[in-house]
Amino acid sequence: MSESIRQESPLVERNTRARHQASPANAGITVRPRPFLACINLRGDPSDGAFTDAVRGVTGIDLPTTPNTVADGDQWRALWLCPDEWYLVGAPGAENDAVDTLEQALAGQHFAVNDVTSGMTTLEISGPRTRDVLAKGCTLDLHPRMFGPGQCAQTLISHAGVVIRYVDDQPTLELMVRRSFADYLWVWLEDAALEYGMAATE
Amino acid sequence: MSQPHRLQTGGRIDRDRPLRFTFNGRTLQGYAGDTLASALLANGEHLVGRSFKLHRPRGIMGAGAECPNSIVQVGSGNATLPNLRATQTELYDGMEVRSVNCWPSVKFDLSAVNQLFAPLMPAGFYYKTFMWPKSFWHNIYEPRIRKAAGFGKAPDGPDPDRYDKHNAHCDLLVVGAGPAGLAAALEAGRRGARVILCDEQNELGGSLLASRAFLDGEPAMSWVDRVVGELAAMDEVTLLPRTTAFGHYHHGFVSLLERVTDHLGPTSPDERPRQRQWRVRARQVVLATGAIERPLVFSNNDRPGIMPASAVSTYINRYSVTPGTRAVVFTNNDSAYQTALDLADHGVEVAALIDVRPEIEGVLADRVRKEEIDVLPGMAVVDTTGGQRVSGVRVMRLNTRGDSVYGEGRTIECDLVATSGGWNPVIHLHSHPGGGMCYDHDIASFVPDQPVANTLNAGACSGNFSLDGCITEGFSAGATAAAASGFGSDDIEGEAPATARVREAPMRPLWRVPTRRTVTRSPKQFVDVQNDQTSADIFLAAREGYASIEHIKRYTAMGFGTDQGKLGNINGAGIAAEALGEDIAAIGTTTFRPAYTPVTIGALAGRDFGPERFHAVRKTAMHVWHEQQGALFENVGDWKRPWYYPQAGETMRQSLDREVRATRQSLGVLDASTLGKIDVRGPDAAEFLNRVYTNGWKKLEVGRCRYGIMLGEDGMVMDDGVSARLAEDHYHMTTTTGGAARVLAWLEEWLQTEWPELRVYLTSTTDQWAAISLAGPNSRKVVEQICEGIDFSGEAFPFMTWRAGKAAGIPARVFRISFSGELGFEINVPANYGQHVWDAVWEAGQPYGITPYGTETMHILRAEKGFIIAGQDTDGSVNPMDLGMHGLLSKYKDYLGRRSLSRSDAVREDREQFVGLVTVDDPAEIIPEGAQLTDDPNANQAPKPVPLAGYVTSSYYSATLGHSIALAMVKRGRERMDEIVHAPQADGRVIKCRITSPVFYDPKGERQNV
Amino acid sequence: MLYIKCPWCGWRDESEFGYGGEAHIKRPEDPDALSDAEWADYLFMRTNPRGSHRERWVHTAGCRRWFNAIRDTQTYEFKAFYKMGEEPPGGEQ
Repeated sequence: MSESIRQESPLVERNTRARHQASPANAGITVRPRPFLACINLRGDPSDGAFTDAVRGVTGIDLPTTPNTVADGDQWRALWLCPDEWYLVGAPGAENDAVDTLEQALAGQHFAVNDVTSGMTTLEISGPRTRDVLAKGCTLDLHPRMFGPGQCAQTLISHAGVVIRYVDDQPTLELMVRRSFADYLWVWLEDAALEYGMAATE
Repeated sequence: MSQPHRLQTGGRIDRDRPLRFTFNGRTLQGYAGDTLASALLANGEHLVGRSFKLHRPRGIMGAGAECPNSIVQVGSGNATLPNLRATQTELYDGMEVRSVNCWPSVKFDLSAVNQLFAPLMPAGFYYKTFMWPKSFWHNIYEPRIRKAAGFGKAPDGPDPDRYDKHNAHCDLLVVGAGPAGLAAALEAGRRGARVILCDEQNELGGSLLASRAFLDGEPAMSWVDRVVGELAAMDEVTLLPRTTAFGHYHHGFVSLLERVTDHLGPTSPDERPRQRQWRVRARQVVLATGAIERPLVFSNNDRPGIMPASAVSTYINRYSVTPGTRAVVFTNNDSAYQTALDLADHGVEVAALIDVRPEIEGVLADRVRKEEIDVLPGMAVVDTTGGQRVSGVRVMRLNTRGDSVYGEGRTIECDLVATSGGWNPVIHLHSHPGGGMCYDHDIASFVPDQPVANTLNAGACSGNFSLDGCITEGFSAGATAAAASGFGSDDIEGEAPATARVREAPMRPLWRVPTRRTVTRSPKQFVDVQNDQTSADIFLAAREGYASIEHIKRYTAMGFGTDQGKLGNINGAGIAAEALGEDIAAIGTTTFRPAYTPVTIGALAGRDFGPERFHAVRKTAMHVWHEQQGALFENVGDWKRPWYYPQAGETMRQSLDREVRATRQSLGVLDASTLGKIDVRGPDAAEFLNRVYTNGWKKLEVGRCRYGIMLGEDGMVMDDGVSARLAEDHYHMTTTTGGAARVLAWLEEWLQTEWPELRVYLTSTTDQWAAISLAGPNSRKVVEQICEGIDFSGEAFPFMTWRAGKAAGIPARVFRISFSGELGFEINVPANYGQHVWDAVWEAGQPYGITPYGTETMHILRAEKGFIIAGQDTDGSVNPMDLGMHGLLSKYKDYLGRRSLSRSDAVREDREQFVGLVTVDDPAEIIPEGAQLTDDPNANQAPKPVPLAGYVTSSYYSATLGHSIALAMVKRGRERMDEIVHAPQADGRVIKCRITSPVFYDPKGERQNV
Repeated sequence: MLYIKCPWCGWRDESEFGYGGEAHIKRPEDPDALSDAEWADYLFMRTNPRGSHRERWVHTAGCRRWFNAIRDTQTYEFKAFYKMGEEPPGGEQ
């Protein structure tokens, strides 16, 4: 694609620091948008070796079959969404080739591959108040005893559906959200974090 | 500012931190650690308000949640808080307090004349009096009752405070931080369980905060401090003082109200919310909610200065305040003896201790007698004297059956009466989720019986009133709950502190002191002092045939107040038992329901209000551009869609006319990204669409699009949209904006539950695609200019087909479809590039005067063509035949809802049918949407109900046609072309309408096919 | 607020779920063979028991799978959760 082609994050309105008071050093939470990560919605039968082999061949990943878990590979990460559905997440721009390669590798099988790179966006939330802020709108138990490494979950944050992924015990949690809800989620986070202070980084 | 009733030493107040406050305009002083009630009492202010119905003087009665009287208004302006309980309101510097339900002042209240009419206002008075004539209710009775009744005043403006919610999970939630609750939390916390301990008071300790008991040889609060210190140091323990558990629901869900900054006043220094609602999901719940002392019921027992004995002790021991100077203690059990000692030890004269029990013995009695207090056994207070404060009691002898008083009466002067009728376990939270209860004769009250799953009761709330018993039960409950959550065994590991066990003599249950005359002719014996309900009212209810305590409650309004009858309800049940001649065990209590104490609406709403957070706000990739163009937005589902784009100085009508004309004459552009999009893929995709759409899909060629409608199984139109065949096994389905989620869920339901054999995958791609819809005669010129790899000629790219190519360098799916009747193309590109492609379209469209249009113009354009909007022209009662869509109903296959289309009601000849309407007298008049249609031109004068011919579903001014148009459902409408119907209006006008075809413009569809 | 165990995702709050009414109502194989009354019975008539109720739920905000549950309509207690296609525990009721 040519230089003049311009991508826009759904958070184009909010990616200014003017709205945030706190600096990352003393903020209760720090929000880091991760725009444009490649995201592919994959459907298929994980009990079918031909399907899982083909996916492994393209992504290097054994698709996770335990609900609400993540499998990490060198290029791709797979998040379990339902018994026959995953998100494949990769570096920005990786989606185009991957969709084509998957289509070829799976040709003749019963499957579905959809590029949803534009349909999803990712926010990384870290800082000492991460769980407190999310608990204002999320009924999931995010205590480290219940939600730890290798886990992800689809749930609600207030009125927005999200996929939450455990990143590290800083704690850092990652939220994947549909692009049309991203601005709402950002506004909600800012308001929820008011008592703790929120910072935004790139 | 002298606080004449404050003791020199003791109590849990900080004499180094004086706080000023005003009460009805007078400036008073209290101390940090005071409640408003204790500060008022320290200043000698007993009288705080007036009762609800009779406006009798009401004084501070209790010391906590149970107080029915101390209702005040705090603060001013929009931050004012109505109906706060002074007993649960922490004093802060600068607090402004006013009495409620009295005018002009609490001491001189004009409505107090209601007392003179009291004999005319018994229970059921409202029901009986305000029934007739019917028309008086709205105009006369209700406004006057509203004005006379009610306590606080809500502010007129928006609440300036912030509220919040917090979802929490724990292994164990302990409600109440008294001796039992602390022990339970300690036992579970030491094992590493995740524990939340909440208590409604500002300090943890519960009853021990006001106790003079010893634990391990030290004052009990030393033990409390040690336990709280240990709990606070545990990582997995959350301590929540100032937090009331107000609702206990199923499956371990408990709602808590934390008063985060209420005690700091309106000038909270930080961004914390004023209150926070905790929504706790607990594996195990330990209720350690304590017990509430119930008063004895006797004539004129409502005068200020008459208080439960435990409240008197609390004011003395915890707040260092003496609520009177000369006290009478009146009891039927041992606990009030401690109050007599508390009074005597702090220099308050105890004029007499009156005990209804004929014989009194035991350690406490001995100690009271040692203080030379006059103990009167077998006696009862039968009446009181006084005005705004009690001035004396009249005492007589009570017979052994407890049903009459006799002998010479004796009057004892006093300004304080401390009464105890026994203790009621606080079983509210046990009862909320359906926990059963039974009557315990030993304590003459109700205790938990049938358990609630994963819930334990510990301490006084289970009927165990001894201090050592409470602590032991607490440890045991903590161990059991922790074990059930996987932390250790049921065996108690912690060690209970040593405590002296005082053997108490049995109580003598007494629900009301008998009167010499019949109940209804005796001076009032108040059961519910806030609502002025008396034992006479309960007898009246029984006499009028009410046998259930639930009915008696509603007839008398007993327990209806802000206190929900915490003091009076068990007494009321006992008196109802007497009136009905039954046992109280059989009568039972009324149902306890959330909330335990009043909860602000703010805390229930949290932050989910206002335009940004009341519900989700979904935006398209081009939202900012629309804003910059001055678009006004419309909510469609959660989406913000541009409604119309007014230019400077334009009215809405002018904008719409301009947008409509530009599109019909040259080129309009619409952001169609919000339409639901579903990727349907698999070998059985065609079969699947055949089952969910009414028309056939198997023969649709790859590269073509088709319009389809979906029905519910009831045969009613549910949603519609255009779907395109991408490949043999692959479709791109679109739904309405508002119906997207519902349709996907509906399709998944059929696939997963009824047709699991179909090999089809559904994936929502709504957010992935930005959709740019071009309409108008010049639309082809623009797509030709910005797209690559697509032949846009009419032959190569006919109407209702789609092509893949590139738009402004971005891979795109271009659909040749039309919702306006014009030549049209919809460009779909990945949404991250939506604005980029939109900009390219915008630039390429400049030579043609490209005009952005919003949903309102889209509605006009489609209405000119008679296209329906599912959800606007249909409402769940409209089938496809009603819409004239017979051609979409396949005869060669089954589909969802098909069988319903041959039900007798579906083929009824007089069904409403979809038609157009034009106005007759004024061609430009727009009929209001929703207008009812009649055949009677004089419908406004006709006898009601007027037979209806139909109703208007959509209505606009059509700039294209130069007159207004409407779509409507009219009975037998298709048979009635050119007939006249009438739309009577609320203002008396009648709009005359002519029935037409719903297709107003280009009926042959030539424009979209060019 | 009920606590519901999605057979896939485990225990989640009721707010994540949608309710689908009575379970095990099979769509008639041949709707045309049914009288209007029989079709109406399939469409509208439900058992509405006091006590054990077999009902359908969907984990809307999670994995979007439909599943079945047995719930006591008096006590709200869930007796079982089972996947689509699985027999109800305890057999036919």
